[in-house]
Amino acid sequence: MLRIGTGAGFSGDRIEPAEVLLQNANLDYLVLECLAERTIALAQQRKLHDENKGYDPLLEKRLRRLLPLLLEKNVRLITNMGAANPVAAAKKTLDIARELNLSCKVAAVTGDDVLEQIDRNDISLETNCSVSDYGLFISANAYLGVEAIIPALETEANIIITGRVADPSLFLAPQIHHFGWSVDDYNNLGQGIITGHLLECSSQVSGGYFADACRKEVPDLVNIGFPYAEIGADGRSVISKVEGTGGLIDVRTVKEQLLYEVHDPANYMTPDVIADFSTVQLQEVGKNQVEVSNGSGKERPEMLKVSIGYHAGFLGEGEISYAGTNALARAEIAEEIVRKRLFAEFPDLRTDFIGLSSVHRTHFNGTTPYEVRLRAAGYHQSEEIAALVGEEVEALYLNGPAAGGGVRKKVTESIGVLSTLINREQVTSKVYVDGYTNNEERSSIN
Amino acid sequence: MKLFEIAHSRAGDKGDIVNLSLIPYEEKDYDKLCRSVTAAAVKNHLKDIVNGEVVRYELPNIKALNFVCYQSLLGGVTTSLAMDTHGKTLSSALLEMEIH
Repeated sequence: MLRIGTGAGFSGDRIEPAEVLLQNANLDYLVLECLAERTIALAQQRKLHDENKGYDPLLEKRLRRLLPLLLEKNVRLITNMGAANPVAAAKKTLDIARELNLSCKVAAVTGDDVLEQIDRNDISLETNCSVSDYGLFISANAYLGVEAIIPALETEANIIITGRVADPSLFLAPQIHHFGWSVDDYNNLGQGIITGHLLECSSQVSGGYFADACRKEVPDLVNIGFPYAEIGADGRSVISKVEGTGGLIDVRTVKEQLLYEVHDPANYMTPDVIADFSTVQLQEVGKNQVEVSNGSGKERPEMLKVSIGYHAGFLGEGEISYAGTNALARAEIAEEIVRKRLFAEFPDLRTDFIGLSSVHRTHFNGTTPYEVRLRAAGYHQSEEIAALVGEEVEALYLNGPAAGGGVRKKVTESIGVLSTLINREQVTSKVYVDGYTNNEERSSIN
Repeated sequence: MKLFEIAHSRAGDKGDIVNLSLIPYEEKDYDKLCRSVTAAAVKNHLKDIVNGEVVRYELPNIKALNFVCYQSLLGGVTTSLAMDTHGKTLSSALLEMEIH
């Protein structure tokens, strides 16, 4: 049996559930998945400013808390917190080990950065347009698979740090390493990806992002437990959480997460295998325990997916509230003023009535809210012009309809993301290994 | 009745595409969902939100449906002007649908 836990499912995830797993779940591996689509482009920008940066900004905070426990419990960590600079992340990790006087070996996986290899005539998977139609590229990273991670697992590293790899491959790699599955054992690989897919978003399988009043009650969300899987040599896994933690694991939570961000469930593309979810069987085998079995797969795709981050200008936003009788009518007067004032620079200005129709751009019932908040938003390549959106909304204080209040305005630099494909031969992954030996061990060696 | 009464849903995003799972609380309702909640019915219900086509995938093994809605996020998470750039709230819009 192999036990893998998830200690983070996104870059801003909580830290203490990982500590709870390390203390109580008898894990072999802990995985921290912290790299969203845009995160790596932001990291690349930090690396351009400082070559020792470009890894996850929370790496230090997380590892200061987790490293002592990981080493004490002999649990290996696999994480994509390397972001745009896995080697710098490995060095930072060793700095922390040195400070805490803990012996530690670290491996960094590189090779996902393909900015130099991108052909600007490549076609965007999203729009079928040439990728050169978009703004200046900041980053281009191939989604590496288990081939890149396994060599790091074959070292003695306690901590394995990657940049961009396919999220479920972070979980498949230790399964292959442990069970010795072959590269053409498609059904085991498919099942292993499915277990990884269920685990990669941390509590989204254990009761997070699930609760609703009355029909979907989840106990103790305040102290929600993160998931771990107990995996057999045939890939069959049981998803559970530590006893006494909050949250819930049943077939409902597992089904919701199984289909999360999935298109054709019979053809879930990863760098390692095309997984087939249409054969999966789920069964509740205990309290907060669901067995996942019978996943299958087909041969991996020929090409690797690449995610490109590009400069997409600046997003300007402004908001103002109206309340009481005629709140919506006054918000509509304000909207007309802002739209006309900004039309020359922002013909596509977006406006929303928050509280009525802002999230779905429509609504499914006719009630009039007591308060309405007008929001205006527009993109511009110039930061100064993008700021006009918020400035025009603010000007409604004196120049708009009666009793508007609570203006907020901001300008955000925007990074767009595109996807394309790259030949595997153009991508070469490498493993960098380094270590620190603490004073006691060093003196005993001497 | 509203879908909300018999089923639950989660939204996921990739680029400008949102997928909406639809899972009956009672597995016996799966056939009813297959009959009433066609791709065309979902496209009609979400016509102000989904600009592209809607494709439905059936998963009889876990008694669930998956709707893939193209051109639904005003260009996608990273450059959309929408409030909910990921379309994460769209599962609630699906569950507002009336079925007979």
